[in-house]
Amino acid sequence: MGWGIRAVQCAAVLACSLTAGAEGRAQTLTMGVGAPVTSIDPHYHQLSPNIAVGHMIFDGLTSTDGNARVIPDLAESWQAIDETTWEFRLRRGVRFHNGSEFTAEDVAFTFQRVPNVPNSPSSYGIYTRPIRQVEIVDSHTLRLKTATPYPLMPTDLANVMILDRETHANATTEGFNAGPMAVGTGPFRMVSHRNGDRIEFERNDAYWGQKPHWQRVNYRMITNDAARTAALLAGDVDFIDQVPTSDLAKLRADQRLALSEITGLRLIYLSFDHSRTEASPFVTDNDGRPIPQNPLKDARVRRALSLAIDRGAIVERIMEGAAIPAGQFLPEGAFGSVPGLAAPRADAEGARKLLAEAGFPQGFRITLHGPNDRYPNDSRIIQAVGQMWTRIGVRTQVEAQPWTTFVARAGRQELSSFLIGWGTSSGEASNPLRNLTASFDRDKGYGASNRGRYSNPEVDRVLDAAMRELDDAKREALLQQATRIVFEDVGILPLHIQKNTWAMRRGFAHDARADELTRAQDVRPAGGGATR
Amino acid sequence: MTVFLLRRLIQAAAVVLAMSLLVFLGVYAIGDPVEILISPEADQIERERAIQALGLDLPLWQQYLVFLGNALRGDLGRSFVFNEPALQLILQRMPATLELAVGATVAALIIGLPLGLYAGLRPNSTLSKGIMAGSILGFSLPTFWVGLMLIMVFAVQLGWLPSTGRGETVEVLGMRWSFLTANGLAHMVMPAINLSLFKISLVIRLTRAGVRETMLMDYVKFARAKGLSPTRITMVHVFKNILIPVVTVVGLEFGGTIAFSVVTESVFAWPGMGKLIIDSINVLDRPVMVAYLMIIVLMFITINLIVDITYSLLDPRVRLEGKA
Repeated sequence: MGWGIRAVQCAAVLACSLTAGAEGRAQTLTMGVGAPVTSIDPHYHQLSPNIAVGHMIFDGLTSTDGNARVIPDLAESWQAIDETTWEFRLRRGVRFHNGSEFTAEDVAFTFQRVPNVPNSPSSYGIYTRPIRQVEIVDSHTLRLKTATPYPLMPTDLANVMILDRETHANATTEGFNAGPMAVGTGPFRMVSHRNGDRIEFERNDAYWGQKPHWQRVNYRMITNDAARTAALLAGDVDFIDQVPTSDLAKLRADQRLALSEITGLRLIYLSFDHSRTEASPFVTDNDGRPIPQNPLKDARVRRALSLAIDRGAIVERIMEGAAIPAGQFLPEGAFGSVPGLAAPRADAEGARKLLAEAGFPQGFRITLHGPNDRYPNDSRIIQAVGQMWTRIGVRTQVEAQPWTTFVARAGRQELSSFLIGWGTSSGEASNPLRNLTASFDRDKGYGASNRGRYSNPEVDRVLDAAMRELDDAKREALLQQATRIVFEDVGILPLHIQKNTWAMRRGFAHDARADELTRAQDVRPAGGGATR
Repeated sequence: MTVFLLRRLIQAAAVVLAMSLLVFLGVYAIGDPVEILISPEADQIERERAIQALGLDLPLWQQYLVFLGNALRGDLGRSFVFNEPALQLILQRMPATLELAVGATVAALIIGLPLGLYAGLRPNSTLSKGIMAGSILGFSLPTFWVGLMLIMVFAVQLGWLPSTGRGETVEVLGMRWSFLTANGLAHMVMPAINLSLFKISLVIRLTRAGVRETMLMDYVKFARAKGLSPTRITMVHVFKNILIPVVTVVGLEFGGTIAFSVVTESVFAWPGMGKLIIDSINVLDRPVMVAYLMIIVLMFITINLIVDITYSLLDPRVRLEGKA
């Protein structure tokens, strides 16, 4: 691939023809996205590409900005009027693409539909479940009652796209995919949809908010990384997402291209087997015999394993700079992140000392698992970690597997230590705390992705308090406290937070989003505003 | 002929049934679709709901019987991911794959047969040696690499052809075809060539071997002695006789091309069945995987049948009744 890109830089003739092309179709944006959209029904399958397309056709009551902060959308304002009631004031004069007016009735209808979409493999019902009762005060005011105080209501509702009661009364998922039901209040109308190939949009000229620049948008799915980059270089698409880290340096040097980048919300971390106090399946002593007491239950061992890792080296050499070393769930500045809780500096000497204190002066043997097709460079990262652990005496074998088999094993607690990632779509710390490090508890719905089964009563107690706290400042302090306890204890071992990168032809600009969504309204001609 | 066809159909039904069981068991053995499909933020209650909604809470034998019962009524299940009938999804994608496979096969015959014939008739000329050397490249270069190189040269560097995608399509008989528009054809050229490289080499080698063998046959010598022109000997007597292996292999290859054009389709973002199946495997969309494999089984059975019938037309010595 390398020689091709370099050769292209010499092809001056082509460069000229590209510029001419850009002027000719200035009103049309052609995007190449790496992940296929599986459904146009905004309540059928919770998946990033579907959410991105949902944002183009529909609106939620709330939304999030590029840095994942909650902003008004179809609701102009909201407040908690008592412990268990949220009041939302809706925007007036908003119309759906077919002219139908948006009112509180539509919101009530939407909340009813969300948990009842047939055959949904991943429902948005988790966001509407806390709502016990919907009270329509007037055509544009709405009260949502919950059983217990629920501070995350505005955050959660950013995920729920609002449909029209009149239009969508009996709408099926197929009706959305085929087109007739793809009617929302959003900045674009869907013109056509060819499953797994492309979606065509045109601008909704009656959009209530800031109208997007593009008259037409061609949203093409090109899942092969090399082919997507090639399509950009050949000028077939104007804009691509999920730029492979191995192409970054070359694309950056290419005069005909521009890149947009933002620190994301996806943490790559290592999870440990906390579920067994006795022998863990992939941990043995140096002679290959099982160790009767699971060493990973000892915080000193986990701290040693964390200190052994040179996160800076992984970020620089493997991730080619497309990540930042992490010491907690979220980048600093996000809601609930702890100021100054940086990634630990690599300290092999200190790590060996901690191991000796914990009773393993000679170390032990472990197998580190991970996926090989899920996160950028995933299998290379676990190889690097394996070498760093081996250096402090923990002789590490590395085993990378396809995601489909790996994640099933991890979910059954069959592994001792493994690499996995977490994207905090809500952009605030309660989300990873509840899902990754709260004790596994079906009734509370906590710890569902806590595959290592970390459990710390102290974390649970502070988190419970935070989840009842409606005051933002107090809640943030509690979330910070819980976060501090988790990482003091190395409940999970954070490695890095990925950066999200998009590439576009010169003449285009993009407002990058921390939540990885690729939306046409974030792209505009260059020079028309601030560039990040 | 009728007895032959009947026997063939019964055999086919047995093969399909056996395959359905194998495929179902095999697909069931990989991973857990709920883990893959569900939003990571889903809690335990939502996970249980999803397992139930997808029918994964039933024991395996019940799931198989449900599948078999529906399949007999022509319903191969609904895709977990798209919530649309799996069969319909696959058939929607079929024209794209079909036209690519036909394009590749036609290219293989148009290019491969003359070159193979030439190399067979003049085995010692430099050009023939060049052709044979080239065919080795066609066999051994990996498809994804050739595909990327084609994109790099003809799309990125020269800008002659579009890099990826299917281009404009026209709707005929309710299906979308791109070979009927100039833009669509331009999009088809590179993937079709990429897919046919292996086939071209195959046809060249088969044709050459056939020609060299046939030229030594008594009836060719006799025809020559009779004073027939070399053109007539080659075109009628030799050509017809070398076609049998070529037809067999090209037929089977055609099936393979439809079923397994996965690599080419993903490199060129060609929205065909191959891309659908690879995407479905990645998210463990079991109904689509099973339906796809069942269709492929049916297709191979049909192609084999057609090949057998073609034999009898090309060579009167082949009697279908005796062969089943």
